[in-house]
Amino acid sequence: MKKAVITVTGKDAVGIIARVSAECSECQANIIDITQSVMSEYFAMIMLVELDRLNIKFADFADRLEAIGRERGLVISAVHEDIFNTMHHI
Amino acid sequence: MINTADILETIGMIREENLDIRTITMGISLFDCVSDDEDRLCQKIYDKITKNAGRLVSVGEEIAKDYGVPIVNKRVSVTPVSLVGGDLSPDGYMKLARTLDRAADALGINFIGGFSALVHKGMTPSERALISVIPDALAETGKVCSSVNVATTKAGINMDAVAMMGSVIKRAAYLTRDNNSIGAAKLVVFANVPEDNPFMAGAFHGVGEPDSVINVGVSGPGAVASAIRRAGNCDLSELSDVIKKTAFKITRVGQLVANEASRRLGVPFGIVDLSLAPTPAIGDSVARILENMGLEVCGGYGTTAAIAMLNDAVKKGGVMASSHVGGLSGAFIPVSEDEGMIAAAASGALTLEKLEAMTAVCSVGLDMIVVPGDTSEAVICGMIADEISIGVANTKTTAVRVIPAYGKKVGDSVEFGGLLGAAPVMKISESSPAVFIGRGGRVPAPIHSLKN
Repeated sequence: MKKAVITVTGKDAVGIIARVSAECSECQANIIDITQSVMSEYFAMIMLVELDRLNIKFADFADRLEAIGRERGLVISAVHEDIFNTMHHI
Repeated sequence: MINTADILETIGMIREENLDIRTITMGISLFDCVSDDEDRLCQKIYDKITKNAGRLVSVGEEIAKDYGVPIVNKRVSVTPVSLVGGDLSPDGYMKLARTLDRAADALGINFIGGFSALVHKGMTPSERALISVIPDALAETGKVCSSVNVATTKAGINMDAVAMMGSVIKRAAYLTRDNNSIGAAKLVVFANVPEDNPFMAGAFHGVGEPDSVINVGVSGPGAVASAIRRAGNCDLSELSDVIKKTAFKITRVGQLVANEASRRLGVPFGIVDLSLAPTPAIGDSVARILENMGLEVCGGYGTTAAIAMLNDAVKKGGVMASSHVGGLSGAFIPVSEDEGMIAAAASGALTLEKLEAMTAVCSVGLDMIVVPGDTSEAVICGMIADEISIGVANTKTTAVRVIPAYGKKVGDSVEFGGLLGAAPVMKISESSPAVFIGRGGRVPAPIHSLKN
């Protein structure tokens, strides 16, 4: 099962999770875990999605999320989970 | 799920601290291209390079996207062409250089290395022919890089080759005088050259290597500098641990990218080069790491000690993170490619003498140093001989990539652009070693006992 981690950071605003979730649903990325925290006005959301039924190329999926981030002044990235596993687990 | 703090740390290292993969370099053997016909040799070389590395750039871009980590350069290194040239004439070698350049253009890579000769003990007529056209080849091509190994700890120093390289470097600078003498920036003189180095301009595909191989060079001075800043006021044992942990993480990314590139291209993985490779960008400087460690400015007393510790900690942290480590592996100190080094050299705090001392304890040598255009050939030979001796005596790789910028004087600045950066012309000692260099012959290999 291929998984990716989506991170959203920036100033808190209404509807961020809804917007990212809608994009995931449209592209058939299955959300399997989600955590978020708001520190003062700073918002950080991390979403784990499963990619097996993704209906577009992963690179395009990542580009679309990044574009949503730019529209709203947020930084959104979607990357394969392996980079976190290899960097932080021995 | 993966720890939130770990995820944010990784994202921060990439976005804020310039963590990137500096290069994926595909090494390609040219031994099966050998032919007694010049045109056929060139055609076979072109075909092999473009076939084997045809997907290198697109796969590199895919991997960068999948893992969210920039892969700055995609490059190719080939067997030192002097080993496959047979009895090529100087004109034949020029044709071969143009072939390599065309192949690099066709692939969309930014450099191709291997216009090289290994002459640490002596020189064949073929190697002599190749070396004689290095300046013209570097002037006429855009992407070809050249290197010459003039010494090893086992063989000693070939001083006849050192003497030749002084004039080769001067001529390379002269022929590219309209472009800030950039020819000399694509040429490295080595001692103890590694055969699996992915970094340019010194990369080539060694004789003990497989048909093709993937080598990866990591980077990340910004990530190390930030980790040191965050560590605050700790002692040097703790600081060393902070550097090791960061180097481990950086190298793991390199290993991941290397594994993926190897799998997707169907080419065996060779090595990860554990290097801190700076760029001229703010926040991507090795000099600034040393200053974060506590030096007022890079180049003052304490600099050699700081970089020795940094270099050692990077290796200790990185070595466990990768299954195979090789190449140059250490902290690079190319003056023009490091924002902090440029500033320190421009202010006069960093001198050539200090840089030479630093190279005794770190990777890789007198690198991207601009000296006055009227520097004599003998003085350049003397600089090479000194630096190469440090490598030979200490059983390490050292190198010289020095640019006698045509028409420039101390105090001028030279702009190369891109990753090659910009550098002030540095002051050098002008006393002549011409008689010493002119003696020629070989400096015998050093003794390995009675160490003092």
